[in-house]
Amino acid sequence: MDRVPILRLGDCLLVTVQVDMHDELAMTLQDDLTNKIVATKARGVLIDISALEMVDSFIGRMLGNIAAMSRILDAQTVVVGMQPAVAITLVELGLSLPGIRTALNVDAGLALLRKVLDRSGEGSYVD
Amino acid sequence: MNRLASRLPAIVEQHQQEILTEWVRLQLESGSWRAGRLQESQLRDESQRFLALLVSNIHKGMQFDARNSQWSEIREFLADLSRSRATQGFSPSQVATFVFSLKQPIFTRLRTSLLNEPEALADGMWETTLLLDSLGLYTTEVYQQARESVIARQQEELIELSTPVVELWPGILALPLIGTLDSERTQVVMETLLQRLVATGSSIAVIDITGVPTVDTLVAQHLLKTVSAAQLMGADCIISGIRPQIAQTIVHLGIDLSAVATKASLSDAFALALKRRGLTVTGSATGAARG
Repeated sequence: MDRVPILRLGDCLLVTVQVDMHDELAMTLQDDLTNKIVATKARGVLIDISALEMVDSFIGRMLGNIAAMSRILDAQTVVVGMQPAVAITLVELGLSLPGIRTALNVDAGLALLRKVLDRSGEGSYVD
Repeated sequence: MNRLASRLPAIVEQHQQEILTEWVRLQLESGSWRAGRLQESQLRDESQRFLALLVSNIHKGMQFDARNSQWSEIREFLADLSRSRATQGFSPSQVATFVFSLKQPIFTRLRTSLLNEPEALADGMWETTLLLDSLGLYTTEVYQQARESVIARQQEELIELSTPVVELWPGILALPLIGTLDSERTQVVMETLLQRLVATGSSIAVIDITGVPTVDTLVAQHLLKTVSAAQLMGADCIISGIRPQIAQTIVHLGIDLSAVATKASLSDAFALALKRRGLTVTGSATGAARG
């Protein structure tokens, strides 16, 4: 079964969704990502959905859930590269994903993540 | 009925030349053909071709059916005629009159030929009426279709023309909206803006609504949807060009725009956008001296 690859990038995790998300894949990603955040003590999660061309309400909710879970595990989530059609669909579905940070591309997403982490970085554990 | 029905084609075919002469004379006399820029010779030519087509097709039954391929010849002729007359400035009723005016010469022929057979005469007239009415109505239909396709094309062009997305500065887009926003237009506006955001990699979009005459709840909802979609893609929106009356309307309607940065003028919005990008504008010493 395919899995969504999760790459480690310093203290961040890079999730690139390369295939169309079906429900089961989204559930697996949720498991994998939470495990990986705990295992690597990641502080940030970057989800690149630029290859995602179709979303439904379930996938939209999954993105929101993943962000909420990451926040509980003290990792900031940025969703990057959302296609215009996907954005329009989500808005029409009434899912404007409040509380999720977004950026246009991976570059901008990393910069945003750095800024957020730097701001909340004081007093955190550094090894 | 069927036995009698066979009389009409024979009579029309037999007297084709006389009917044509009479028909053209009537049309020229009525003067309706002068409404456009139609030449007399063209009118004669068209009348002759139509009557010839009618005679060669009349044996196929009296009921004209636009979908029936048997009538395709006459259908194409009428469609062409209707379209060319439409561009020449004829009204739909004048186009239909071209067909309807054929009734009188045919009736005259029927009357003289079937003088002693009132039943056959009545049937013949009824059949002629049925046939010519359906043909005449068909020209009106084509006329209307031609007009509607022109309107639809213009509407599309209008939508495309009215949604320019301009780059004010690298990374800052502006979308000046002009005219009423309906659902269809908003969809186009939204798509164009989002696509340009991706194409230019811009992180700020200024939506200027100076040219939007009225803002009601629907328009506000459309605007908020566009803003949310842009935010999902990682871009911020600023709404500018809000006139005093519009500000009052928005508050009276109870629309919550607090999630969006709003500015009264485009220049204020541009200043805010520059600030968010960490840019400042300074006047140069030489420029100030000249100005």
